[in-house]
Amino acid sequence: MAENSTLLEVQDLKEYFDINTGFFRSRPLKAVDGVSFTIRRGETLGLVGESGCGKTTVGRTVLHLYKPTGGKVIYDGKEISGKESLREFRRKATMVFQDPYSSLNPRMTVSDIVAEPLDVHKLYKTKKERNDRVLELLKYVGLNSEHASRYAHEFSGGQRQRIGIARALAVNPEFIVCDEPVSALDVSIQAQVINMFEDLQEKLKLTYLFIAHDLLVVRHISNRIAVMYLGKMVELADAEEIYHHPLHPYSRSLLSAVPLPDPKKARENKRIVLSGDIPSPLNAPSGCPFRTRCPHATEQCAGSMPAFDEVEKGHFVACHRIREIG
Amino acid sequence: MTSVNLRKDEAETPRAGNGVPLLAVRDLHTSFFTDAGEVKAVDGVSFTLERGKVLGIVGESGSGKSVTAYSIMQILAPTGKIVSGSIRFNGQELVGLDEKAMRKVRGNRISIIFQDPMTSLNPTYTIGHQLEEAIVLHTNRDGKEAKARALEMLKLVNVNEPAKRLKQYPYELSGGMRQRVMIAMALACEPDILIADEPTTALDVTIQAQILELMQDLQKQLGIAIIMITHDLGVIAQLCDEVIVMYAGSVCERGTADAIFYEPAHEYTKGLIRSIPRDENNGQRLEPITGTPIDLLNMPAGCPFAPRCDHALKVCLTRRAEEMWVGEDHIARCWNYVREQAEKGIATLEGGGIDG
Ligand SMILES: Nc1ncnc2c1ncn2[C@@H]1O[C@H](COP(=O)(O)OP(=O)(O)OP(=O)(O)O)[C@@H](O)[C@H]1O
Ligand SMILES: Nc1ncnc2c1ncn2[C@@H]1O[C@H](COP(=O)(O)OP(=O)(O)OP(=O)(O)O)[C@@H](O)[C@H]1O
Ligand code: SF4
Ligand SMILES: [Mg+2]
Ligand SMILES: [Mg+2]
Repeated sequence: MAENSTLLEVQDLKEYFDINTGFFRSRPLKAVDGVSFTIRRGETLGLVGESGCGKTTVGRTVLHLYKPTGGKVIYDGKEISGKESLREFRRKATMVFQDPYSSLNPRMTVSDIVAEPLDVHKLYKTKKERNDRVLELLKYVGLNSEHASRYAHEFSGGQRQRIGIARALAVNPEFIVCDEPVSALDVSIQAQVINMFEDLQEKLKLTYLFIAHDLLVVRHISNRIAVMYLGKMVELADAEEIYHHPLHPYSRSLLSAVPLPDPKKARENKRIVLSGDIPSPLNAPSGCPFRTRCPHATEQCAGSMPAFDEVEKGHFVACHRIREIG
Repeated sequence: MTSVNLRKDEAETPRAGNGVPLLAVRDLHTSFFTDAGEVKAVDGVSFTLERGKVLGIVGESGSGKSVTAYSIMQILAPTGKIVSGSIRFNGQELVGLDEKAMRKVRGNRISIIFQDPMTSLNPTYTIGHQLEEAIVLHTNRDGKEAKARALEMLKLVNVNEPAKRLKQYPYELSGGMRQRVMIAMALACEPDILIADEPTTALDVTIQAQILELMQDLQKQLGIAIIMITHDLGVIAQLCDEVIVMYAGSVCERGTADAIFYEPAHEYTKGLIRSIPRDENNGQRLEPITGTPIDLLNMPAGCPFAPRCDHALKVCLTRRAEEMWVGEDHIARCWNYVREQAEKGIATLEGGGIDG
């Protein structure tokens, strides 16, 4: 299969939730509002942004765990629409969830947790086949047969995350949405799990959408990084490019805020500290979502949402004033 | 680093400057007495905090960071007890002090902010009510004065629209704003020491940056000393003058931030720094610390880190290294450091037998 070919294409994806605002009244909460990106085969696209900006919703909507309010998801050249294409897509695309403590059923054995997707998709003929597959999956993530008959609650956070990953691998996926898979783990355990993601990617030729709020982790694991703010994608570029030369005013402040684990660099680091809080997605500002906190905002920014333009090769930014402030 | 004397002189304090240190913790031991046995949550912790300085405490989950802080404040769970050691605040011994005297210290001289502001703010009272209460309790202001002071405190911590916030309830504020209110409450008593237990862990990076900046400003403006508890080495690097690295209830290394990051001497500290993504290891495989975190009820005989240490020597499995000076204001407890020095001919080893 051709390297560098597009595996997943997302066009103008929207996910609005209806929020009750009183008797028989509701308002749409635009959790994801017109997001477009592509992921190449074998690539890791990192997705960052502050809590509530819509990262998890993007992941879930791409996988059609939420029905998109609008937009298209094109996988391997085929648009996902209708039951048949969705069923096929679900066998190739899966998700590792945010919280290793609550995402596994504590009353199920590890073996049953891992085998559940096999059962759902009827991916074995005999009991033995099922067992063999479970053991193979556990081996991938550094667990063994002893662990299979134990219950999820008996494991540490790092081990639970491994169980979650083994389960995600059960359907032999090509594409995995990894939603904050290391955030809940201790620093020393994080490195083990990050290495495992990298090893599995190489071995099984996986493609990742890797969601996290730790920018150093995302930079480490990703080929490219996308930055979201209040339901919109504001920047997308190669990981090193965005890490060293973020262009969007929000990405700039976000990256400058990363506490660097190096006292000399931390002392030299010039932080761009933003004032104010993130607006609620129920009261998103008109125009550019960042304008209420942006040091460069002008009237134009309140007037219309800036287009997501390719300002340099492979570097996309949504900002009206990018030419002037760049 | 010319010192040949590796054994630390017990009488010497790291910053033996003139006068009494603001806070001096010596060989603190705190345990929880549970059905399963004695949990030695803090197992020999010593450090000194000078006026206006920021001390960082870093270590993995369960290493005893919070219990160290709670011991200083004496706000331990009923099953917890300071077993031995000394905590001197401005020369006054706090261990053994009665509750009444301790309450004075707690509210007036040392205050603490907790990780989750929602659990420490009362959801049923307004921000203003809670702030005023703290002010009345801990200062000699009341009535109008306390009200004015509450407003002033919110301004000090850069809460926008402070007058409006005073009338709001905790749930009406964002996480970052609640944390600012917590800091305002902790500062209401004009303390000498502010203990911050993971004050930014639940916050986003840009909000975290605001809070850290605020703490730095307050420390400079008001001259308070800060004990910053965190598992985030980035926060440590940014904020701290001095750092103690904890593992399994005890200090494995202590030094200036530069010493800890650029010349770590304990294998755990080295491993910790190697395991995080940084410029230096970008594009390379991370080097994790192997194994699983320690179980305090099943402590190994020698160095608690030995079961996970890639460089453990024979002696590490049976004997604990003592605190040793490894540089000016820099202490570590690691046999490998002793071995390195021995190889360089700097130290001699009594007892011998540290070969791997
Ligand atoms: N099922 C739902 N119903 C209603 N609103 C939702 C739902 N899921 C998410 N939201 C809202 O949509 C917005 C985006 O949420 P999302 O979970 O995608 O954010 P996130 O970027 O993943 O945040 P975090 O970093 O905290 O995980 C938030 O305002 C959230 O409250
Ligand atoms: N009330 C208690 N009863 C029994 N053991 C306790 C109690 N409180 C704390 N411990 C134990 O003491 C040890 C130290 O806990 P502490 O809360 O200080 O860890 P920490 O370093 O602050 O970790 P974290 O980073 O997770 O906050 C842990 O092993 C913990 O299980
Ligand atoms: S469009 Fe305007 S408000 Fe938005 S980031 Fe650019 S300059 Fe700032
Ligand atoms: Mg999320
Ligand atoms: Mg703690």
